[in-house]
Amino acid sequence: MVNLIWAGLFLIGILYALINGTMEDVNKAIFTGAEEAVAVCIGLLSVLIFWLGLMRIAQKSGLLDLLGKGFKPIARKLFPEVPPDHPAMGYILSNMMANMFGLGNAATPMGIKAMEELKKLNDMKDNATRSMVTLLALNTSSLTLIPTTVIAIRMKYGSVSPTEIIGTTIAATACSTIGAILIDRFFYRRSKGGGST
Amino acid sequence: MNMSIWIIPLMIGFILAYGTWKRVPTYETFVEGGKEGLSIAVSIVPYLVGMMVAISVFRASGAMAFLSSLLKVPLEAIGVPTEIVPLALVRPISGTGALAMTTDIISTYGPDSFIGRLASTMQGSTDTTLYVITVYFGAIGIKRMGNALKVGLLADLVGIAAAILFVTIVFG
Repeated sequence: MVNLIWAGLFLIGILYALINGTMEDVNKAIFTGAEEAVAVCIGLLSVLIFWLGLMRIAQKSGLLDLLGKGFKPIARKLFPEVPPDHPAMGYILSNMMANMFGLGNAATPMGIKAMEELKKLNDMKDNATRSMVTLLALNTSSLTLIPTTVIAIRMKYGSVSPTEIIGTTIAATACSTIGAILIDRFFYRRSKGGGST
Repeated sequence: MNMSIWIIPLMIGFILAYGTWKRVPTYETFVEGGKEGLSIAVSIVPYLVGMMVAISVFRASGAMAFLSSLLKVPLEAIGVPTEIVPLALVRPISGTGALAMTTDIISTYGPDSFIGRLASTMQGSTDTTLYVITVYFGAIGIKRMGNALKVGLLADLVGIAAAILFVTIVFG
């Protein structure tokens, strides 16, 4: 899918430039685009290094696990089929915490671990269970508290207040996460009502 | 009074105080985690170069403006600014693609413009559904994925609508 979009952007652009007579602009765009991309990555370096460094301290000091405990009652409601003391629950909580603090790379391994445990709970079958869909929904709606990368880009382009979008981001994230949970419930209830599991 | 400026300094202070109290070697741990940040930033360079060149070409040719003019009337009728449409379409499909588009929008319209703020909020508030499904279900070999894709994409739609709504309320 990404491959098609990527090649399509080029091909449509070049074809359109041919018809439109904008080939000179396209030529310029190839080089300025590449230059700008590298400049953005250099801008991202500072924030990514600082934030991931800080988050490693939060992880090592046990702060993230401590916060995870506070979320246990919510996680139990979201994953009623998972026994509260099953290892899957621990991984689910770690995954949620890592996501919240923008540790995407730490969240992924935890999420995969949680999925493996959920598969064990499903006797290793190759279909997605309700808990798996719920966990997936939580991850795709991304419960981020601090959108680090976006803040870094805003800083690079000289925003007067790079962090001013934290509030709207958290509000929108909350909506998409709650939306994901409700949609997940809706499909689950409907399929259960239809008797087709 | 902007509350947002308090969040990050307070978090940093709290994390460092807690880490020190728990006797974590804070500075060394910071450096260790920072190295991971370095490798992430370096590893996304090729993704960004590829995607940002493609978007630049698409825009410079005039195709982007043409596409926007086609979609302008129906979208503005429901309150969606056309400049944001390419980002909304790519967000669930490709994370780095969306990051490149957000960057492009911010550099074109400015970070503190309405469109810039909207793109920032949208980029931060949802994740790449297709990527997450591929990685998580791929890793454990799930073949029948049930409602996962539908739930993920519909949640993205909710997130995009919410981003437009909140940015309009707060900054509109």
